[in-house]
Amino acid sequence: MMTSLDLYTLMPEVALSVFALVALMFGAFFGKDRVAGAVLWLSVIALLVAAVAIGWGGRGDAQAFFGMFIDDAFARFAKVTILLSAAGVLAMSADYLVRHGLMRFELPVLVVLAVIGMMVMVSAGDLLTLYMGLELQSMALYVVAAMRRESARSSEAGLKYFVLGSLSSGMLLYGASLVYGYAGTTNLAGVMEAITGDRLSIGLLFGLVFLLVGLAFKVSAVPFHMWTPDVYEGSPTPVTAFFATAPKVAAMAMIGRLMWGAFGGVPGEWTQVIAVMAVLSMFLGSIAGIGQRDIKRLMAYSSIAHVGFALIGLAAGTVFGVQSTLIYMAVYAVMNVGTFAFILSMERDGRPVTAIDDLNLLARAEPLKALAMTVLLFSLTGVPPMLGFFAKFGVLKAAVDVQMGWLSVLGVVASVIGAYYYLRIVYYMYFGTQRDTPVESRMGGAQWVALMGSAAAMIIGAFSLFGTEAAAERAALSLVGENAVVIPAPVAVATAPVD
Amino acid sequence: MTTYPLLSIITFLPIVAALILALFLRGEDEGAGRNAKWLALVATVATFLVSCVVLAGFDPQNTAFQFVEDQPWIMGLRYKLGVDGISILFVILTTFLMPLVILSTWEMTDRAKDYMIAFLVLEGLMIGVFVALDLVLFYLFFEAGLIPMFLIIGIWGGKDRIYAAFKFFLYTFLGSVFMLVAMIVMYRMAGTTDIPTLLGFDFPSDPFTIFGWSLVGGTQMLLFLAFFASFAVKMPMWPVHTWLPDAHVQAPTAASVLLAAVLLKMGGYGFLRFSLPMFPEASAIAQGPIFWLSAIAIVYTSLVALAQSDMKKLIAYSSVAHMGFVTLGTFAASEQGVQGAIFQMLSHGFISGALFLLVGVIYDRMHTREIDAYGGLVNRMPIYALIFLFFTMANVGLPGTSGFVGEFLTLMAAFQVNTWVAFVATSGVILSAAYALWLYRRVTLGRLVRTGLRSITEMTPRERWIFVPLIAMTILLGVYPRAVTDITGPSVAALLNDYHASLPAADAATEVAAAPADGH
Repeated sequence: MMTSLDLYTLMPEVALSVFALVALMFGAFFGKDRVAGAVLWLSVIALLVAAVAIGWGGRGDAQAFFGMFIDDAFARFAKVTILLSAAGVLAMSADYLVRHGLMRFELPVLVVLAVIGMMVMVSAGDLLTLYMGLELQSMALYVVAAMRRESARSSEAGLKYFVLGSLSSGMLLYGASLVYGYAGTTNLAGVMEAITGDRLSIGLLFGLVFLLVGLAFKVSAVPFHMWTPDVYEGSPTPVTAFFATAPKVAAMAMIGRLMWGAFGGVPGEWTQVIAVMAVLSMFLGSIAGIGQRDIKRLMAYSSIAHVGFALIGLAAGTVFGVQSTLIYMAVYAVMNVGTFAFILSMERDGRPVTAIDDLNLLARAEPLKALAMTVLLFSLTGVPPMLGFFAKFGVLKAAVDVQMGWLSVLGVVASVIGAYYYLRIVYYMYFGTQRDTPVESRMGGAQWVALMGSAAAMIIGAFSLFGTEAAAERAALSLVGENAVVIPAPVAVATAPVD
Repeated sequence: MTTYPLLSIITFLPIVAALILALFLRGEDEGAGRNAKWLALVATVATFLVSCVVLAGFDPQNTAFQFVEDQPWIMGLRYKLGVDGISILFVILTTFLMPLVILSTWEMTDRAKDYMIAFLVLEGLMIGVFVALDLVLFYLFFEAGLIPMFLIIGIWGGKDRIYAAFKFFLYTFLGSVFMLVAMIVMYRMAGTTDIPTLLGFDFPSDPFTIFGWSLVGGTQMLLFLAFFASFAVKMPMWPVHTWLPDAHVQAPTAASVLLAAVLLKMGGYGFLRFSLPMFPEASAIAQGPIFWLSAIAIVYTSLVALAQSDMKKLIAYSSVAHMGFVTLGTFAASEQGVQGAIFQMLSHGFISGALFLLVGVIYDRMHTREIDAYGGLVNRMPIYALIFLFFTMANVGLPGTSGFVGEFLTLMAAFQVNTWVAFVATSGVILSAAYALWLYRRVTLGRLVRTGLRSITEMTPRERWIFVPLIAMTILLGVYPRAVTDITGPSVAALLNDYHASLPAADAATEVAAAPADGH
C-alpha cells in the first residue's frame, strides 16, 4: 500500500522512464535513425505532457520513500521549467539535426533520460537520491556532448566534460560522506535535525564546502567554471542549447534544495560562500566574455554571469531570495532558448557558422529576426523594459533586503561591463559593414516560434508575468518554510502623501 | 475627474503607432517610407493634441498630482502615472517637438520606416519618464530610452557612429545602475515605490562611518550620490559630459534635436523630482560642490566651444554650459532658482533644438559640419541667415527671447547664495556671446568664397515652416514668461516649502544629538 502511494508520487518520473526505454527499444528495433524524427517529436510531446501534468496536477506536498523523494511546490516549479525548456530545445533542434546529418534517435532518448535525472535531483530529499539524479543527468550529458563522433572538437568537449564532471561528482560524494559521518544520516531533514545551535561542527562544515564545490561545478559558477566555454563551443549547437538551459535550472534548484533542506537552520554558514561565488561569477562572466569571437563561447560566459546573478538570490537567504532566484532561472531559460534558436539557424553555404562577425548587417536581410534577437540581447543585458531587467531587479532587491547592498552594487557594475558584449552583437547586426557573403538564417517552424515567442515574452512579461511570481513564491515558501530568516518589517510609512 | 486615461494614451499612442508600422507596413521602398512618415506625423500630432487636452484640464493651483492613474503591476510594483506643475511642461515640450522632428526628416530615404519606428518608441518612453509616479516605472522609461537612441546613433549616425553609440550607451547605463540600487534601498526603507509617498518620506540623514570615513548626510547622502551619478551623466554636468559631444556630432540631425531638447532634460527633471525633495539634507550639503561644478561647467565648456571647428560640437558644448545654469538654479533651492531652472530647460529645448535643425539644413546640402567649409551664406540664403541670427541671439540670452529669462533667474538665485559662483557663472554669459556670435559670423557673414557654396539653395517652405513654431515659442516665453511660471509656480512653491521645512528639522536633530544632557 505504502509503496503504491510512493510510486504514485513518482508517477511523472516513472512514466518518462518507461517512455525513454520504450523509445530506445523502438529505435533500436525499427530502423535506427530513420525513425529518429518520430522519436524526437514523441519525446517533445512526452516532456510537454509531463510538464502539464506536474504544473497543473494538484498542489504537490507529498513525500515518498521515507522522505527520500520530495514532491513540493519548489520541485514542481523547477520541474516545469526544466521540462518546458528541454522540450523547447529538442523541438527547435529537429530542423538543425536533419540538415547537418546529426539526426540520431539516441539524442532525444538521452535528453529525456537527462531530464529524468534532473527531476530526481530537484526532488531529492536525501543525499543519495540527489547523487543518483545527478549522475543520471551527467552520464546522459557526457554522451550527448560527444555526439558528433567524427569531430575532434566534439570529442574533446565530451571528454573534458566527463573528466571534470567526474572530479566534481567525486567532490560531492566526499562531501556527502562527511555529512553522513558527522550527522549520522543522509536524509536532508535528518541532517537539519542533527545540526544544533547556529554554527556547524567542523566536519559538517567541510562536508558542506565539498557539496557546494560539486554543485558549483554543475551550475558553472566561478571558480569551477573552466569547462564551460570549451564544452559549449565544442558540442553540437543543439546540445549546447540544452546545456545552457535545463541542467543549469536543475543544478541551481538543487543548490537551493540542499542548502535549505539540510542546512536551512544555519544560513549564515553558506550564504557568504554563495555570495562570493556570485560576485566572482558575475565579474568573470562579464569581463572574459568581452574578447570572445565565437557566439557559443560568448553564451558560455554569458551563462556564467547569469548564474552569478541567480546566486545572489540564494545568497540573500530569504524566501524572497529563493523566489527571485527561481524567477531568474525561468527567465534565463526562456532567453537562452530564444537566443539558441537563432544561433541554430546561422549558416553559410549549408554549413553552420558561429563567429559573431558573421552576423554583419543581418538586420538588412532578416529584419524581423534581427529585431527579435535584439530584444533578447537587451533582455540578457538587463535593460528595461525587457523581462531580464525584472529578473535582475528581483535578485538585487533580495540582496538589499538583507543589508547586502554591496552585493547589489557589484552586481549592477558587472551588468554594465557585460552590456558591452551583448551590444557588440547588436552592433554587428545593425551597424556592421558588408564584407563577404552574409550569413543565412534558415529556420524551421519550431525555431521561428521559439525565437519569436521568447522575444515576445521578454516584452509582454513587463506587463504581466501570468502567475509565475505567485508560483515562484509558493515554491520558495515550500522550500524555506518556517526556517525563513525573519526580516524586520520595513519601516512603516509615517507621513501621508504630499498634497 | 476624467474618465479617460489621458496620460497612458499620450505615452502609448506613439508606441502603438510604432507597433503598427513594424507589424503591418510591408516593404522597404519609397512608398512605404512615405506612408511611415505620414503615420508617424499623424501619431505625433495626435499625441500633441491629446497632451494639449491634458494641459487645458490641468489646474495649476492644485499642487497634488493630477490625471493620476494607478494600477497594480508586476512584482508588487504599481503602474502609476500623473503630472504636476513641474512635469507637465516637459510633457508638452516633448509632444510639441516631435512633429517638428518628424517633419525635419521628411526627405530622408535610408530605412525611413525603421527610423520612424525608433523615433515613435523614443517619444513614448520620453513622455513616460515625465509622467511616471513609481520609482521602477520611472527607471524603466529612463533606461529604455537608451535602446532606440543607441540604435538611431548607430544606424543612421556619422562616421564614428559606433564609438559614439557605445560611449553613449555604456556611459549613461553605468550612471543609471547606481540609481537602480538606490531605488531598491528606498523601496526597502519606505516599503513602497510610490513617488508621492516617497516625497513625504524622511530618509535618515544621521552621519555614519564607512571604513573610518565619516559620511555627512548618512544614508540620505549615499542615496543622493547614487541618483546624482545618474542625473549628472544624463544632464550632463562637467566633468561627466564627455559622451555628449560625441553623441551629438555622430547622431543624425533629428536625434540631436531630441537629445538636446528632451533627453538632457531628464537629468534636470530628475534633480527636481527626486534629489531636491527626497534628499533635502543631502542636497543642502552638496549645494557648494554642485555650485562650483556648475560654474566650472559654464566657463570651461564655453571656452571649449570657442575652440571647436565642428558646428554640432560647438552647439553640444554650449548645451553643457546652459545645463550648468539649470543645476545652479535647481540647487540654489529658491523659488527664483527652481523656476529659472525649469524655464531654462524649456527654453533650451526650443533654442538648441532649433540650432541643431539649422545645422541640419546646411548639412543636408553640403554634407559637412566643418565651420571652415562655410562663410557668406547670407548671400545665397538670406532667410536662413535671419533665422540663424534669431536663434544665435536667443542662445546668447538676448532680452526678449526665452534664453534671457532662464539665465537671469538662475543667476539671480545663485547670487543670493554664493556671490563668487554667480560671478564666475556670469562671465560665462559673455563667453557664450563670444562663441555664438563668432560662429554666426564665420558661417553666414563675409564674402562667399567657397566655390561649393555658390549653388547652395535657400530653405524650402517645409524647412521654413518647421522654425515658425519654434520662433513663436522663443518669443512668447521671452516676452511673457508667466505662461510658464504660472503653471510651475504653485508646485515649485510647494516643493520648496517641503524642502525648507525638512531642513530645520535636521538642524534641530543634530542639536539634540550634540547636547544629550538637556534631557530631550
